[in-house]
Amino acid sequence: MSEIVNLSRRDFIKTGVVATGGLVLGLYAVPYTGLTGDAVAAETPYNPGAFLRIGADDTVTILVNKSEMGQGVYTAIPMLIVEELDCGWKKVRVEPAPVAPVYNNPMIGAQITGGSSSVRTEWERMSKVGAAARMMLISAAAKKWKVKETSCRAENGKVTSSSGKSMTYGQLADLAATLPVPEKIFLKDPSAYKILGKPIPRLDTPEKVNGSAIFGFDIMRPGMLTALVARPPVFGGKVKGFDAAKAKAVPGVREVVEIDSGVAVAADNYWAAKRGRDALEVVWDDSPWAALSTESMRGQYAELAKSAGAVARKDGDPEKALASASKQVSAEYEVPYLAHADMEPLSCAVDPGPDHCEIWTGTQGQTWSRDAAAKILGIDPKSVKVNTTFLGGGFGRRGNPHSDFVVMGVHVAKALGKPVKVLWTREDDTRGGWYRPFWFNRMSAGLDADGNVIAWRHTIVGQSIMAGTAFEKIRVKDGIDPSSVEGAKDLPYEIQNILVDLHSPKNGVPVQWWRSVGHSNTGFAVESFVDELAHAAGKDPYQFRRAMLASHPRHRAVLDLAAEKANWGTALPEGRAQGIAVLESYGSFVCQIAEVSLDLLRHIRVNRVVCAVDCGRYVNPSIIKAQMQSAIVYGLSAALYGAITIKDGRVEQSNFNDYKVLRMDAMPIVEVHIIKNNENPGGIGEPGTPVIAPAVANAVFSLTGERLRRLPMEPGIYV
Amino acid sequence: MISFKVNGRRYEVDVPVETPLLWVLRDTLGLTGTKYGCGMALCGACTVHVNGHAARSCVMPVSEAIGKEILTIEGLSADNSHPVQRAWIEEDVPQCGYCQSGQIMSAAALLAANPNPADADIDQAMSSNICRCGTYQRIRSAIHRASAMMSQGGRK
Repeated sequence: MSEIVNLSRRDFIKTGVVATGGLVLGLYAVPYTGLTGDAVAAETPYNPGAFLRIGADDTVTILVNKSEMGQGVYTAIPMLIVEELDCGWKKVRVEPAPVAPVYNNPMIGAQITGGSSSVRTEWERMSKVGAAARMMLISAAAKKWKVKETSCRAENGKVTSSSGKSMTYGQLADLAATLPVPEKIFLKDPSAYKILGKPIPRLDTPEKVNGSAIFGFDIMRPGMLTALVARPPVFGGKVKGFDAAKAKAVPGVREVVEIDSGVAVAADNYWAAKRGRDALEVVWDDSPWAALSTESMRGQYAELAKSAGAVARKDGDPEKALASASKQVSAEYEVPYLAHADMEPLSCAVDPGPDHCEIWTGTQGQTWSRDAAAKILGIDPKSVKVNTTFLGGGFGRRGNPHSDFVVMGVHVAKALGKPVKVLWTREDDTRGGWYRPFWFNRMSAGLDADGNVIAWRHTIVGQSIMAGTAFEKIRVKDGIDPSSVEGAKDLPYEIQNILVDLHSPKNGVPVQWWRSVGHSNTGFAVESFVDELAHAAGKDPYQFRRAMLASHPRHRAVLDLAAEKANWGTALPEGRAQGIAVLESYGSFVCQIAEVSLDLLRHIRVNRVVCAVDCGRYVNPSIIKAQMQSAIVYGLSAALYGAITIKDGRVEQSNFNDYKVLRMDAMPIVEVHIIKNNENPGGIGEPGTPVIAPAVANAVFSLTGERLRRLPMEPGIYV
Repeated sequence: MISFKVNGRRYEVDVPVETPLLWVLRDTLGLTGTKYGCGMALCGACTVHVNGHAARSCVMPVSEAIGKEILTIEGLSADNSHPVQRAWIEEDVPQCGYCQSGQIMSAAALLAANPNPADADIDQAMSSNICRCGTYQRIRSAIHRASAMMSQGGRK
């Protein structure tokens, strides 16, 4: 097998040699400014086989530097490469990339799958990987046949000459590996695309329908124990003491060890570990957060919202404009803590050695996982091998900036001194923290005599996700965590006087990004409140938004498309109503129109959702449709049912019985309409999520006259 | 020793009798296609067939499997030739894929009992299976597609 190697142009120049046994694709240094403000690719080392290997059997193996958690990235990244390489689709294979700077996400400066950034940040680079390889294969053929490169063409896995000679990529790969890197890499004209923009089947589907896809939970290694960890019931609590006798009496339990975050019971298998942990007696030292409750936080947050916070945006003179308004409207919106509830609970398998360590886990953040393990073990990060499995859902949880689940796994492995996989039960996962923050919003606006919005004030209260992470120093400025105010600070509505301010109280509940992050709060608050203002002005909610988006054509385009497809404004069957919401996030624009009714018990039933999305130039419309459906289901679960509540410092929910999620019987018909244009690519994993809650709340108001300002809409409805 | 058949093969295992079938399949037999999601028969990720009926293996003591025929996702067909698997591929159903073994086993049991289910039948049968990625709409389509394939003689 020959390796086609890619490294940055800068490093190519620096090293000045073509590495032995590999074809070096001299790619440009990734020209992004990352999280750290530096050019991220600057330290990219030589890395064999970085993205592409072509086998003698014509198999094209693509090493994907992103984690596949359902969003389709194991298909989208290969499509970008294959379009330019022109090798056909049938012989394409995917391997998860190892950890190396060349695989970093240029938006973040580490190997991270998140922020709906994969296609946005890799389109150009992956296209060039494919194109450079194709050019080198042509050069190899030309050399072999002693003809001009211009008389050769590469297509569908073969290079052919004008005189009729033909060789496959696999036959040419060895020679191509010895040739110099093209100085200039030419990309196809989009009009010549064969697969980009088409609904190509996902590469990972076959192994996901016969049970052979391997997730973190499935890892088995010789001699590897299975461990569960007893954790403190209050966040920040510690072990005061424990008695392992009963746990050790369970057949199959091998060891009981204390780690910094609890007590681990390691056994031959899951069931023994579970029974052992059930039998374990631990006395906990509760932290000061033992008095915390959702109720007390609600009062504290509402009080805070009455005072001025750190200013995220100020346009004009909102106070004066509010005072002069002919009509003032105020409202408060609240969203709860949310667990990600990935279908696969967390896990981490670790094989610790004296000076190295191997990890198998479904992580969204390989660099962080590796570095966390190295720190605990006191070894060089380069001695930690991270094997990325399939992720049974991600939604942000597996991109924990502290790599909490890897840290736990490595601590247990270190304490045991032997291979172990640490599994989380559903209850561990639900109660394990790192939630979407509990957020409170106080909104005020002023309308003039014609019903135009002349003043807008939005005060946000909620924990900072970046506080206490590596992001805090770099991204939090003047007391503003940008993820707390996204969607509010960048309010698209064209209003003269705007104030957005923020309070970031601290408490003991660990918080983290949850699919669409701050937008999951601000989207609900802003799009509900705009709807309230439309009704206060006596105007149609669609036209009201449209009028305030005159210089936001992409917002308008999705609004118009959704309104047209949903027949907005035409009569609906008795007992049904529509609600609309539109917002931009992660570089994409989404409008959703929800059609709702009430069932016999007056529970909300979402019958249909019409979704219009503009994500710019796109890779795979089938995956885009799937991601819009996915985001709607995920957002609707949260809107209708989702809440993590705290009482006496303890999480009240535990499993799918009390943390309800949407099931098939509540699934609306979802129609997705994609706008085709040539804008820069936007994200697709998250942007559909924050739109559905306000669309449904607005529809419920239209149907019942009741304005739902606190999520979830159906609290306490359990299976 | 506990004796039962899995995917047509007879196994004898020496495990505590109360061990849920799920963990015997996964940890003892190495059949990891059947997944853990909740441990309380709430999510359906662990769905297998016991004597042809869908069952939640996470709450079924292995003692209840004695003498019975268990079918797991690995036994449905290894080459993806079962109509439900083919339909799943044609509709490109899976996203993260973690729940799909359970979804497919539930769907196969539904179609065995009701070869031509209406949407309401599908909703009822499949609401025991949670998918956090939200593949429900494609699951519906895939079940209709599998139903059509089977009625056209595509059934194994």
